[in-house]
Amino acid sequence: MKHQQALVLEHKGAGGGYRILTLEVPGIAAKARPGQFVHMRIPNLDGAVLRRPFSIYRAGGGKLTILYKSVGRGTHAMKAIEKNDKVSLLGPLGNGFSLRHTKEVPVLVAGGYGVAPLVFLASRLRRKGLVFIGGATARDILCVADFKALGWEVRIATEDGSMGIKGLVTKPLDEWLASGCGAEGIVFYACGPDGLMKAVAERAQHYVCKAWLSLDKHMGCGVGACLACVQKIKRGGVVSLVRVCREGPVFEAAEIEWN
Amino acid sequence: MAKQNSKPDMSVRIGKIRMKNPVMVASGTFGYGPEYADLVDLSSLGAIVVKGISLKPWQGNPTPRMVEVPGGLVNAIGLQNPGAGKFISEYMPFLRKYDVPVIVNIWGRTVEEYAEVATQFEGVKGISGLELNISCPNIKEGGIAFGTDPKVMRRVVSAVRRRTSLPLIPKLSPNVSNITLFARVAEDCGADAISLINSLPAMVIDVKTRRPVLANVVGGLTGPAIHPVAIKLVWEASRAVKIPVIGMGGITSPNEALEFIIAGATAVAVGTANFTDPSTSLNVIKGIEKYLAANGFASARDLIGKLRS
Repeated sequence: MKHQQALVLEHKGAGGGYRILTLEVPGIAAKARPGQFVHMRIPNLDGAVLRRPFSIYRAGGGKLTILYKSVGRGTHAMKAIEKNDKVSLLGPLGNGFSLRHTKEVPVLVAGGYGVAPLVFLASRLRRKGLVFIGGATARDILCVADFKALGWEVRIATEDGSMGIKGLVTKPLDEWLASGCGAEGIVFYACGPDGLMKAVAERAQHYVCKAWLSLDKHMGCGVGACLACVQKIKRGGVVSLVRVCREGPVFEAAEIEWN
Repeated sequence: MAKQNSKPDMSVRIGKIRMKNPVMVASGTFGYGPEYADLVDLSSLGAIVVKGISLKPWQGNPTPRMVEVPGGLVNAIGLQNPGAGKFISEYMPFLRKYDVPVIVNIWGRTVEEYAEVATQFEGVKGISGLELNISCPNIKEGGIAFGTDPKVMRRVVSAVRRRTSLPLIPKLSPNVSNITLFARVAEDCGADAISLINSLPAMVIDVKTRRPVLANVVGGLTGPAIHPVAIKLVWEASRAVKIPVIGMGGITSPNEALEFIIAGATAVAVGTANFTDPSTSLNVIKGIEKYLAANGFASARDLIGKLRS
C-alpha cells in the first residue's frame, strides 16, 4: 500500500455519464492486481473528509485507469479534473480476485460500472471465458470492445432491451447455464450491485462452483482502521463482521452472509 | 545576535508518558497501528491511541456506520473490537517493534467492567497508558452515559484508578453544559491527564427515503466542523485543572494543532484527518516545530496556554 500523487494523463467521457480517468502513478500501478481498488482524494471537494474508492480498470506500464459514473457529490466534482492535475491516491488496496482457478472456465458477470475490474481481471486470467454484462440501457453497457479484443465471448442484457437480450443479466446467464455449457467446470467472478451479487451466489450454490464477488460497501478510511465498511462473513462456522476494504472487497460467495 | 537554536525541543510528558513530540493519533481513527504502518512511520508519532477495547469481543453496530457531511463525518461504528485478550496477543507484538508510546482506549458497559478491562493491561509490555472512553455516543450500554453525569463519572474513574497503575486519561464528552466540572472530577479521582473532545452527538436524514442514514439512527460528528467547539472546551478545561490536557477535534493542519496548544493543551491528537490524508500527523509535527522555531520558542512546552488576552 502506497500514498502517491498521481499525474492525470487523460480524462474523458465514455457516454451515459461514465468517465475514464488515466493516471501516471508507477508505484501503485506496478503492484495493482485485478479486484483491488484505489482510494482517491477528490481535488477541490470543499468540506470533504473522506476519500472515494474506485476499482482498477487497467494497470500497467506505470499507468492506472479507472472507469466511473457521476452518481454523487464526489464523482460530480471529479468532472473538473483535467490533464496534468495531480490527485492523491492510496493503493493498491484490498485483496483482489483469486487467480488460482486454471482448470475452470471463467464466467464473468457485471452490472453497470462493475464491469471495470472485470476487464482488468480478463487481461490477467490465463484462460479465456465468457462475460455477461447487464445494465439499464445500451448506454450502461461498457467495455464490450475490451473483452472482444482479449478474445472473450460477450453476452449482453439491458432492462429496456436497447442492446442484447431484454431483461436482467441473469437471463442470458441462466440460458447459458441451462444449455449445459458449464458442465466442464466453471468459476464465477462478479462485480455490481448487491442484488446481482446475491443472484450470482445463488447460481454458484446451485451449480456447485466457486464465485468471487466484489462487494460495494460504503467506505471510510479504506485501509481497515475505521470499521465502517464491514460485512457479515462466515468462516469455520463463525460469523463475524469483516472489513470489506481490507479482507475484501472480493469474497467467495459461500462465505457471505446476506442480510 | 545570539546563535539561533535550530531545533526546538518538541518533547512533552503526559503523566509518566514521555512523548518525543506532542502529536498523537486519536482513538478510532488509526485502527490498532498496522493499518497505517505502510503509510506512516509509527515511531515518528508522539503516541498512538488505539481503537476502543472492551473486556470481551464486541460486534458494534449494523451498517451503514458512517456518513460524510460538510466539514466532517458522522459515525456510529459502535466500538467493534476484538476484546482485550486478543488485542494484546495479536497487536502488541507488532506495536512493540516501534519506538512509540501506545495508549489503549478502554470502555465497558458497567463500572465493574471498566475496572476489569483496565486490569488486563497491567504489566503488559509496550503499553504506556489508558484512555478511558466515558463519552462514546454510539452504544446504548455505556459510553456517554458515564461521561455526562459527574457522580457516575466519579465512580467509573475512581474504580479504574484503583485497579491500574498505568497513566489514566479520561476522555471527556463535549455534550455537557459545564466542562470544568468534569475536568475537575477527573483530576480529583487521580487521573493523570484528560483528553477532549469526543465526537458531538449528531444525526443525518436521507430525504429521499425519509430514513436516518445511519443504521444506529444517531452517531457522533467529527472533523473540521467541530474544531472551534473543541478549542473552546480545551481552553475552559485546561484552566480548571493542573493535570495535562490532550486536545483533539478537527485537526487537519499544524495551525489547528497550535490553537489547541495555545488554548492550554499539552498534547494534541489527529483524528478524522487520518482518513483524508494519512500524512497529516507527520505534517502537523513538522509544522509545530517550524512555528516554535520561527516564533522563538525553545520548547513545545513553552507554548502551552500562551493565549494572549
